[in-house]
Amino acid sequence: MANIEIQKCEAKPVEKVESPAGEMERTQDKVTFIPRSDIYEREDALVVVADMPGVDEKSVDIHVERKVLTITGRVPADEFEGHRLAYAEYEAGDFERSFNLSDEVDIDKIEATVKQGVLRLVLPKAEAALPKKIAVKAG
Amino acid sequence: MFWTDLDRMGWNWDPYREMRRLRRQMNRLMDGYSVRRAGEFPAVNVWASADKMILTSELPGMNTDDLDISIQGNSLTLKGTRQPDEYKEGDVFHRQERLSGSFSRTLQLPFEVDAAKAKACLERGVLQLTLPRSEKEKPKKISVKSES
Repeated sequence: MANIEIQKCEAKPVEKVESPAGEMERTQDKVTFIPRSDIYEREDALVVVADMPGVDEKSVDIHVERKVLTITGRVPADEFEGHRLAYAEYEAGDFERSFNLSDEVDIDKIEATVKQGVLRLVLPKAEAALPKKIAVKAG
Repeated sequence: MFWTDLDRMGWNWDPYREMRRLRRQMNRLMDGYSVRRAGEFPAVNVWASADKMILTSELPGMNTDDLDISIQGNSLTLKGTRQPDEYKEGDVFHRQERLSGSFSRTLQLPFEVDAAKAKACLERGVLQLTLPRSEKEKPKKISVKSES
């Protein structure tokens, strides 16, 4: 029994992504997947975590338009010179998903990070939406 | 959808344009259903050439430490644990679609692998395994001589 050590991959060209302008038609015949996502709420923020294997910080685009948050990820198709696809269980494709934002999210403070193909968005709540404590004075 | 378009057709109606539009709408509709099948985890793709195999698998969010790959003869085992996101107490879930937990999968390879020369790399949540065919198993070419 031999264990294989996991190393860093050789650099692969990454497709740059640009914000989609309205309903543009894709020029490439590639599948677009809806990334599996977790959404959870904290006292001061909303957190969105999306699985986007094959995506890094250069190939992901996040934009907000009219209270709709859209995440797009471009994944270059796998191709290995001199090899043919002998067996396939999954298809590599782009990712896209939109979420409606409520008024309580502060759009200017949205933060996004990508690590190992997982996109993590933190959407802080606006000051006005945070719970406030009102001190009661003795009259 | 169709009936309202009838008014617009007029004399300049181009059936091919209508067909293209229909196809586009169908594509958009189908896009929503492209959720992956649940099955064996992780799903793998195998690329083959005469002397080696490249196996790819989507493992988003996994670190090299969480993954264990081993080879014995012609069987390959992928084992690992997918950690959940760093949740805090008091977090309220609106949606939970990502899976976490342990998995183990053994694949039978079509040939014996030279484990010493096998390579694995993990980047952007995609695992890539290069598995060269062992020397002793490589096909040998026999030249045919003409008998004269």
